[in-house]
Amino acid sequence: MRREIPLAITFLAGMFMLVDFFVPHHRVSAAGEELKQWGTIVIAASILLGIGNLIRVHSKKIARRQSGWGFSLVCLSVMAVMLWFGMWPGAKLGPNPLVGSIAQGSYFNWMYLNMDVPLQGTMFSLLAFFIASAAYRAFRLRSPEASLLLISAIVVMLGRVPLGQLLTKGLPEKATLPWLTEAIMTYPNMAAFRGILMGAALGVMAMGLRIILGIERSYLGGEK
Amino acid sequence: MAGFDLRQIDRRVIFTLIFVVVAWPLLRPMRLPMDVTPPVQRLYEAVEAVPPGSIVMLAGDYSPDTMPELQPMVISFVRHAFRRDLKIVTTSLWANSPPLIEDALAPLAAEFGKTYGVDFVNLGYMAGGTVTLLGMGASIPNTFPQDYYGTPVAGLPLMREVTNFDDIALVMNVSSGTPGTREWVQQVQGRYRVRLASGTTAVAAPPFYPYVQSGQLVGLLGGLKGAAEYEMLVDAPGDAVRGMDAQSIVHALIVFFILLGNVAYFAERRAQRARGGAAQREVTA
Repeated sequence: MRREIPLAITFLAGMFMLVDFFVPHHRVSAAGEELKQWGTIVIAASILLGIGNLIRVHSKKIARRQSGWGFSLVCLSVMAVMLWFGMWPGAKLGPNPLVGSIAQGSYFNWMYLNMDVPLQGTMFSLLAFFIASAAYRAFRLRSPEASLLLISAIVVMLGRVPLGQLLTKGLPEKATLPWLTEAIMTYPNMAAFRGILMGAALGVMAMGLRIILGIERSYLGGEK
Repeated sequence: MAGFDLRQIDRRVIFTLIFVVVAWPLLRPMRLPMDVTPPVQRLYEAVEAVPPGSIVMLAGDYSPDTMPELQPMVISFVRHAFRRDLKIVTTSLWANSPPLIEDALAPLAAEFGKTYGVDFVNLGYMAGGTVTLLGMGASIPNTFPQDYYGTPVAGLPLMREVTNFDDIALVMNVSSGTPGTREWVQQVQGRYRVRLASGTTAVAAPPFYPYVQSGQLVGLLGGLKGAAEYEMLVDAPGDAVRGMDAQSIVHALIVFFILLGNVAYFAERRAQRARGGAAQREVTA
């Protein structure tokens, strides 16, 4: 029964959402809307589970003094600080007194914009350094396919910036880097991605049917 | 090469060069010329075609790491909409987005004299991804019963004019991942026939070109270049236009590194062949 009940719920919910898509009756739509709200609630509840799991994993790491436990301590401390200021009871904005100040100028907002934003921006900007280093070490003309990729990459990289426009300014339009870039993006790129999209869509439909019909059960955990 | 081996360039040299070519144009702008590409032009025209007083939706699904590329798009869109006297409802499927959207909305609302709740509303974040999108198709106030500040939307004059996507003239989705533009196209545009435009990071833009060609996206801003072009169209050059000089030089430097790396690679192969030939001759002798 531990597996049959979740499978039955999945089947009924999945079939009902299919019916909701094709049957425009108001009662079906109303029930479908209700079900979607349940979905939102379940997903929101999973965020709480995620927070609980994060606390559990990092608390264990700190208690056992495992390698990198200092980072876990920082992670939990920062989370506690942000939660505290986000739910600061003294500065209410909404009707609920527990809703803290998240408006512009609040401590929470200040920390978010001046700490979280630059930190995440810094992490992402490191990519520029690694891409440059990787381009130097790994992007090689080893085969005809690699050569094609490399030439396309160079054209698009230069054609997507004003410098490319400047470099080929005097040439006929169809020889300019921006035109070649647009042609690469509009024809080979689009053809490839259209194929990928269609393949992925078919895969999603097949997987959805497998889940609804109970053939695919890996989401239940354990069983193949 | 006895004195200098191309293969042995220290990565710190590469990192330093990247830092210099990013920082220098930001400090000393060169103002390189730039044309507007068709997907950006189409997006601009789509916003221009919305009648004044209509409601547009800004769906921000991004996080701080992609702000340099995406925040200029949000700022330009808000500026464009306010200038055309359009009302804005913002939503987010990413928890990180609402403060970033608010950061763009607040100064522009002050600049254009717009009132919160009447001319614009920030509905904040709602968990659920695609389920939330489908819920909005049925009822936006039911899906977002409170705004970003916890105020019930029933008390906001603008939200009394909004039931579902039928009341939205255009949706501008600014996204950097999942859920994002793909989900908006598949779940909202495909089902509710909403006029949808998108702004994404440069790396995420190529998969969305088929949607532009099919008309499922009325326009597309791809990366900093797209943002810079849009800034030029709305006649308010900002961070994106400033950043294009730096991006130009960095791209040129990366191309230079690729070429240099290949020169080193072919030089090494030639040397290996020469060594192999010499060894072969020794064996034969």
